[in-house]
Amino acid sequence: MIRILVLRAPGTNCDEETARALREAGACVDVIHTNKLVKREVDLFQYHVLVLPGGFSYGDRVRAGAIWAKKLRAHIGDMLLRYAEEGRPILGICNGFQVLVELGLLPGWESSLEPQAALAPNTSARFEARWVYLRYEGSERCIFTRDIPRGAVLRMPVAHSEGRFLLAHDEDLSRLISNGQLVFRYALPDGRPAEGAYPFNPNGSLFDIAGICNPKGTVLGLMPHPERAVYSWQLPESASSNLEGASVYADGWPIFASMVRYIDENIA
Amino acid sequence: MIYRRLPMPFKVYEVDVLNASEEELLKISSEMGLNLNLKEMIAVKRYFTEKGRRPTDIELQTIGQLWSEHCRHKVFRGLIVDEKGEILARDMLRSFIAKVTEELNPDWVLSFLKDNAGIVDFTNDFAIAVKVETHNHPSAIEPFGGAATGVGGVIRDILGVWAKPIALIDVLCFGPLDYPYDKLPPGIKHPRYLLRGVVAGIGHYGNNMGIPTVAGAICFDEGYVGNIVVYAGCVGILPKSKYVWRVKPGDLAIVMGNRTGRDGIHGATFASAELSEDSELSSRSAVQIPDPIEEEKLRRAILRIRDEDLGSGITDLGGGGLAVAITEMAHRMGGGVTVFLDKLHLREPDMAPWEIWISESQERMLVAASKENLSKILEIVEDEELEASVIGEFTAGPSLKIYYAGYVIADLDVDFLLHPPQATRKAVWSRPRYTEPDFPVPKDMNEELLTLLASPNIASKERVIRTYDHEVQGNTVIKPLYGMYSGPSDAVVLKPLDDSWKGVVISLGIKPWYSKIDPYWMAASSIEEALRNNVAVGGRRMAILDNFTWGNPEKPDRLGSLLRAVQACYDFAKAFRVPFISGKDSLYNESPLGPILPTLLITAIGIIPDVRRAVSLDLKVPGDPIYLIGVTYPELGASEYFRLKGYIGNEVPRVRVPLARRIMECIIRALDMGFVKACHDLSEGGLGVAIAEMALSSGYGAEIWLSDVKQEGIRRSDFLLFSESNSRFLLEVKREKTHEFEKLLSSMGCPYSRIGEVQEEGRLIIHDLHSSDIIVDLGLGELRKAWKEGLKY
Repeated sequence: MIRILVLRAPGTNCDEETARALREAGACVDVIHTNKLVKREVDLFQYHVLVLPGGFSYGDRVRAGAIWAKKLRAHIGDMLLRYAEEGRPILGICNGFQVLVELGLLPGWESSLEPQAALAPNTSARFEARWVYLRYEGSERCIFTRDIPRGAVLRMPVAHSEGRFLLAHDEDLSRLISNGQLVFRYALPDGRPAEGAYPFNPNGSLFDIAGICNPKGTVLGLMPHPERAVYSWQLPESASSNLEGASVYADGWPIFASMVRYIDENIA
Repeated sequence: MIYRRLPMPFKVYEVDVLNASEEELLKISSEMGLNLNLKEMIAVKRYFTEKGRRPTDIELQTIGQLWSEHCRHKVFRGLIVDEKGEILARDMLRSFIAKVTEELNPDWVLSFLKDNAGIVDFTNDFAIAVKVETHNHPSAIEPFGGAATGVGGVIRDILGVWAKPIALIDVLCFGPLDYPYDKLPPGIKHPRYLLRGVVAGIGHYGNNMGIPTVAGAICFDEGYVGNIVVYAGCVGILPKSKYVWRVKPGDLAIVMGNRTGRDGIHGATFASAELSEDSELSSRSAVQIPDPIEEEKLRRAILRIRDEDLGSGITDLGGGGLAVAITEMAHRMGGGVTVFLDKLHLREPDMAPWEIWISESQERMLVAASKENLSKILEIVEDEELEASVIGEFTAGPSLKIYYAGYVIADLDVDFLLHPPQATRKAVWSRPRYTEPDFPVPKDMNEELLTLLASPNIASKERVIRTYDHEVQGNTVIKPLYGMYSGPSDAVVLKPLDDSWKGVVISLGIKPWYSKIDPYWMAASSIEEALRNNVAVGGRRMAILDNFTWGNPEKPDRLGSLLRAVQACYDFAKAFRVPFISGKDSLYNESPLGPILPTLLITAIGIIPDVRRAVSLDLKVPGDPIYLIGVTYPELGASEYFRLKGYIGNEVPRVRVPLARRIMECIIRALDMGFVKACHDLSEGGLGVAIAEMALSSGYGAEIWLSDVKQEGIRRSDFLLFSESNSRFLLEVKREKTHEFEKLLSSMGCPYSRIGEVQEEGRLIIHDLHSSDIIVDLGLGELRKAWKEGLKY
């Protein structure tokens, strides 16, 4: 049985639908409060995958995800680093992505928990809840996207105030690309990159970056919410007559399905 | 000396009401911020005279809170007489609102008009809870905090019936956004500032809590410059077996959540007073401070306590704070309560007992539980990083007794606190007559339609809606902004259970402008619009909620107009056979600019057997015929079209119930039989705006012939295009089903007209009423631009 830990903190609020998507993919899911890990009441290493879901952990005070990341680093930092270095998958969605970036696990270039990138406030200076088009960049190593054909255009909703992905140095972008760490970019409906055009790129992200993985391809973070795009009835045009002949699943589904299949074939 | 400090090691005063003259009684009421009138103060004096002792400050504050309009609905519960003193109504709440539900007595209404929220049946195991609150006064003073705590408060109402919050509703009314600054009276904030703050506050709370904000409306009118409207609603789901009330003497009163501070003192009494230049200074402390993360933790804890069956009763701490929550809980149990007030966890250590007792600090809930469950409850509280205090014990005896550091500081009869003297108020109403509009048929109808689409009352609210997370929890099926072009959905559909396709349908009706002509028809239209919107996506078996916002009911014309609206609520809800399950009123909405535009919000909660069969408004297949169901009358009184022409007019839309019911039944039948590809209700801006919205929400155009529209007495194309007659729907029908569709309509005696066709080319083309001349010819891009860019703030 594939065991997945969905971690939560005060203000996490996408844990239930994330757990639902993982269960739909056949995993056994526990939603656990961070304090249980901090107090060592739960063993992280008994889980095949760690998922950090979306929300407003600790009210996103200071910076989105900053306090949750600090708490994790202070109490279970070494454990997390070892978990990632052993190649155990970690998925961070929205607030979870922000936490992984705060922890430096993404882009994951240093063997320490220092941030190397940031998810800055949206250029619109507003919270943005809207469906976006994502272009899958065909990162071969990423274990979360093996069921997605290269160049595919996926639709998922975003809902955040701080999602503008930025890197520390000019040369970092080419490093990200050459490492195959670029996973999703915001795109136009026809799949061409958004090139910053609002609202297709909803937050002003550098190079339209919506999601990246670590060099191993085992840690994925993305701002859009695949768990809100698992079923076709969650689509923005979900009324009966628009859905005739549509499949049961929507574009967020392969992320969960790919990951579970990877665990199934390689680990569990 | 009226006030005398008692010899205790903390600040409690004794107040000499026993020897106070009428003048002094009123002075006490005002100095202590009790907001009690003379009749009530005399009742207080009599009560303590009988007791043979002077009251303490905390006792008077308790009475002030429990007898406030906000908590007791004295106007709705009072006696209403006409100018000659003849009785017009006794207890409007009972005899007009509750009466509907009592007479209909549907077996699927599980709780109405008594608990924190109305509750209706959903599936075998689950029920739906709904509550809509008003938060007008605080939002006018401090828009961000006022609106955010309005949302927080209504979420706690849902937790207060053990339900899990699954959706938020927000309906707002402001003055025109281009209102000249120099015309604003001192102390009144600009509509633009208020809108920005309110929208930010709503988004902040709902987004942080992870509850999707799915339904809403924003209305603009000059009648909202002095006072704004902020309605916040919440929908929840609960297992029926967990809806418990078993509080008994000996149970503990546990307050959990936020620490109590000085924010929100006198919120309930402030809500029952008029706004003035000094409100900012005098009432800023009545506005609470929002902390959604604290409430998110509270939500987790409450739901765990529910699931483990640890609580015997629950209520939220809202208006009047602990004073109201604990006393009402004791009353509901049929007994009393002993409170140890110094046990409460505080934010500010030096608060006077009365301040602690009536503070409205947010994110607090009151849970009653038996002693053996206490340790398990405290464990959950700790798990969620919350705080809790056991502050009292419910008793069989009928009194409220408060201790502080071992001293008794209050000892009152619970029954007395729940029964203020009945008020008698005078009501008059006469119908105003306005100039009958007189202007020629406009030459350029394109321009008229674009102007209407861009009018803030009609224009897209996308800019606002996108700052609210409307899809968190992942169960929003029909979203407020539909499809690729973000069309305006008539209602939203949620799928709250993983193992059921059954959906909850949420819709709204609000027609405040019509109250300028007649609040009776305003209320009727609001009810019909809410039902119509629900039906348009496939909703049925609807229950409704009322939210009244009116001016000062002590002024007879305000009360007269309220009574007319309440009368319509009975007449039309009864005739439509929809029960009222919950409601809330906000009165005293007055400013130096006069009373607020009387505003009734009707929220309708329906169900749909299978969310996959919900219908949306966007046009879908070129060549499909477009039908207009219903009859159009020359009803443009208080319409958006007349407003843009500078008129009000007199012919306000009526509601013709037998016809309206037939039409709605017919629509549902046609939807269920799969005849309908798209459906949209006709509302502000009438046929012209509705067909434009259906087209701009899709990639297709439409061609419409006004000469084919079924109507009575209209001789002008513009009136036919923009009349706001009720009970009308636009439908795109499957081409191959037209025959069956028409047969169904005829068999049910449902008036309809086939008025046009969906077109491949993205243009809206409308032909004149009297000829085949084209009077509207606009591209989808032009329509979208006008509609999407109309609301600027």
